[in-house]
Amino acid sequence: MSTILQIKNITKRYGGLTAVNDVSFDVNKGEILSVIGPNGAGKSTLFKLISSFVPATSGEVLFNGERISSLAPHKVARMGVVRTFQETTIFRSMTVRENIIVSHHLRSKASLFGFFLGTKQAKEDEAAFAASADDIVDFLGLQAIRNELASNLPQGHLRALGMAIGLATDPKVILLDEPFAGMNHDETMKMVGLVRRLRDERGVTVLLVEHDMPAVMKISDRIVCINFGQKLAEGTPQEIRENEKVIEAYLGSEDAAIGM
Amino acid sequence: MNTKKLLGFAVFLLAVFVLVPLFIGATGRVDFFYTLTSVALLSVGAAGVWLTFYIGRINIGQGAYALVGGYVSAILVTQAGVPFWLTLPLAGLFCAAISVVIGLPILRLRGVYFAMVTLVLTEVARLSALALPVTNGAKGITSIPLPGELSLFGLTIIPAFGSLSNPRIGFYMMAVVLMVVTYLVLWRIVNSRLGHLCRSLQQNEELSASIGVNTAYLRVLAYAISSFFGGIAGAMFASIAQSIYPSSFVVADSVNFMLYCFLGGLGYVFGPMLGTLLLYFGWDLLSIAKQYQLLIYSGVMILLMLVLPNGVLSLLDKKEGRA
Repeated sequence: MSTILQIKNITKRYGGLTAVNDVSFDVNKGEILSVIGPNGAGKSTLFKLISSFVPATSGEVLFNGERISSLAPHKVARMGVVRTFQETTIFRSMTVRENIIVSHHLRSKASLFGFFLGTKQAKEDEAAFAASADDIVDFLGLQAIRNELASNLPQGHLRALGMAIGLATDPKVILLDEPFAGMNHDETMKMVGLVRRLRDERGVTVLLVEHDMPAVMKISDRIVCINFGQKLAEGTPQEIRENEKVIEAYLGSEDAAIGM
Repeated sequence: MNTKKLLGFAVFLLAVFVLVPLFIGATGRVDFFYTLTSVALLSVGAAGVWLTFYIGRINIGQGAYALVGGYVSAILVTQAGVPFWLTLPLAGLFCAAISVVIGLPILRLRGVYFAMVTLVLTEVARLSALALPVTNGAKGITSIPLPGELSLFGLTIIPAFGSLSNPRIGFYMMAVVLMVVTYLVLWRIVNSRLGHLCRSLQQNEELSASIGVNTAYLRVLAYAISSFFGGIAGAMFASIAQSIYPSSFVVADSVNFMLYCFLGGLGYVFGPMLGTLLLYFGWDLLSIAKQYQLLIYSGVMILLMLVLPNGVLSLLDKKEGRA
């Protein structure tokens, strides 16, 4: 397996507070890697650093050996590293289908001016986007709500829509921000299946941040555990489960929290 | 474009180019030509403001670009002898160019912060016009010659305005052509991918960036198009009035541009056009109320915003059960 993403000694300080401190790990092509840690451990900041939504204080992120940590977010997305957000981040006054179609922007071959004039290439692009959007709708099982306004959707569907938006960009690596948060057991299991299919059928490398330990243990090929902004451990679910430092970090509710 | 829309467009063209002039001719109220010319030109400026609303920015600075556009055209015509028809696009381009320079830093601001900065722009433009040597200070630029003829390959497209027996109708026609072209462009923008991306920007800039949209570029592009509209509207105004002063466009005008958009509806391409017509004529009609004019006017505005927050055109949606 080859390395697709390298996080090298990345540090982020907000004034006197160090949110992420010297964290390094590699992500292999085609794996599902989870970042876990207690609340406030710096997981979300780490995500924003990788997708370049916030600049790093020091350290760097390499994608296929190329430095992406100082690029603008849209350029990182263009290279194929795309993040999803938690459920409220969608295009609220567009339908599900419109949400997905507009997110195909990166695949357009025609220029904006070409779209304005309605050139042949632009029409081809629009047709391709619509077809691909329907494809994604089917893949995620959103057929019943495809023409529903996004602001009317319940939480579970919003999460799926967030993923659909991410998929529309044709990512190499997708960063999922707490895909299982606020879901019951059945919904979580469905989502676990979906994330697996994302990797298996679409060949997308998945990096996810999550609280739900049973789900993480079930889904991940490898896990990185961070606490107080520092990397605590890295390894397979089994290794993480047995790691004393990790158990210590979750002390107080160790068994329940780690899902043993 | 489906047949219904095409038909509506044809009726609209017939109304503005044939019926209105006929009606005015029949009633003898030639002054309406001037009023309607103003409405058409103001709605061109309002179209620009509407586009900035469409990317999620409240723009209260269109007066600045209208003023700059007016001066660019006036200076080029009076001092360099450039034909007016050439100065019209040049004024628009000049405004677009400076809006890029101004927009790059200020478009990073959102909400009320952006609105505040744009509000200041009009005042900055007025003070610059007072201070710069080229604008001739408070005396402004007067006696601007009327537009000459526009011919292409020896074919006269527009006759010289000075030679017309009734230049008012000429100006009216020219302003309406400008308005129709502007709104066609706007309509096309909104219904192409460019408009879809603008909508994505309006609804969530972060998500927009995450799907690979160059948000900074798109914001500046929309703002530049907006300012282009403001510039050509101002240039045309200066040419019709044959003069331009630092006080030709003031903060109140910038606010009005924004109100036209609000009144017509921010979700509808033709909202600002309708808003301009209603507000401009409404104000004039209310002059019969004498000292209560402003009171009634502002009262009605508040009421409309409460009852129809999405603009007058949202009435259509309600009727069709879309809302």
